[in-house]
Amino acid sequence: MTPRRKRLFSVVAILAGVGLAAVVALKAFDNNLLYFYDPSQVAAGMAPAGKTFRIGGMVTKGSVARTPGSLEVRFVITDFAKSVTVVYDQILPDLFREGQGIIAHGRMRDGVFVADDVLAKHDEKYMPPEVAKSLKHAIPPEGST
Amino acid sequence: MGTWTWFHKLASPPHFYRIAGRLIPWFAVPAALLIAGGLYGGLVRAPPDYQQGEAFRIIYVHAPSAWLSLVCYTTMAVAAAVGLIWRIKLAHALAAATAPIGASFALLCLATGSLWGRPMWGTWWEWDARLTSQLILFFLYLGYMALRSAYDDLGRADRASAVLAIVGIVNVPIIHFSVDWWNSLHQGSTVIRKGGPAMPPSMLVPLLMCFAGFTLLYAALACIRVRAEVLERERNATWLRELPPA
Repeated sequence: MTPRRKRLFSVVAILAGVGLAAVVALKAFDNNLLYFYDPSQVAAGMAPAGKTFRIGGMVTKGSVARTPGSLEVRFVITDFAKSVTVVYDQILPDLFREGQGIIAHGRMRDGVFVADDVLAKHDEKYMPPEVAKSLKHAIPPEGST
Repeated sequence: MGTWTWFHKLASPPHFYRIAGRLIPWFAVPAALLIAGGLYGGLVRAPPDYQQGEAFRIIYVHAPSAWLSLVCYTTMAVAAAVGLIWRIKLAHALAAATAPIGASFALLCLATGSLWGRPMWGTWWEWDARLTSQLILFFLYLGYMALRSAYDDLGRADRASAVLAIVGIVNVPIIHFSVDWWNSLHQGSTVIRKGGPAMPPSMLVPLLMCFAGFTLLYAALACIRVRAEVLERERNATWLRELPPA
């Protein structure tokens, strides 16, 4: 083996070793790297019970109900398989609206998710307002622009 | 052997010094035009987004910076590996010259993302997979530069930092795929995506101009910085003394 081949071999070996280590480590961390759980995972009991965690899903259309005289708001989030009711009593972010993906931090209490923080999740789609308006009338959400 | 002569010729410092010097304007001028055009198109001409309003325009700096931070790291790691395996000093010079540029792009990406995250998500920072892996990329750049500066001997600095650069390359695919592998707060990529870009041409064209402009800007900066590296490394060489005064 020439010295050059030896060096090439060691670089490939480093890459393979580090790559393998990364794959194994990420597999082990998999659940901790989940930024949020979706309602199906919560229903299946995968979310930590009695502890705080994040839940993510889409706000169901027509589900947002505010309590008059306070900031308290109740809404249902869904992943189109299961749904969870969320209660929150602070100021919602700008992007919060029905049909929008959100992530709430808090804990389950009597089957209701009591949130202490709500973040709006944005998707990767961008379009001008007029296009969005006309799309609403015409094509289902997956239509490309 | 004939096919390799151009490669060896390019790897000779005097030859590269001359070529890189001549290339700078060919990268810098289109870069300036593309960035100016892209920013004008993106910040002034493009329509606002239907959900984010005007705030979406940060993408015209954020996304190209993120892209370049990955391009720079890949370039750095490949150059470091080439330098390590074939003992080409110029490749080490390219890796060393790239690190601060990549670190700047990574920082720009993190800063603009944070500014956008506050109004849109409702938070400056979250430990989500995409954000965390991008922060690690920034630290890898800093670590690479710190490691280099810890050695007085240039050859040792080259070899030690090259190993770090190569090890860190595993982070690059993790950053790119983090939004697909895990539930993350950060959205998926808009441009490189199944079914084509999720953006109308009025928004996409300026964005692509910014991508191209930022990439050419890196090429121009790399030429300038590698030339400076070559000057420093070859300061005692005879070819430098024979160079006509600038």
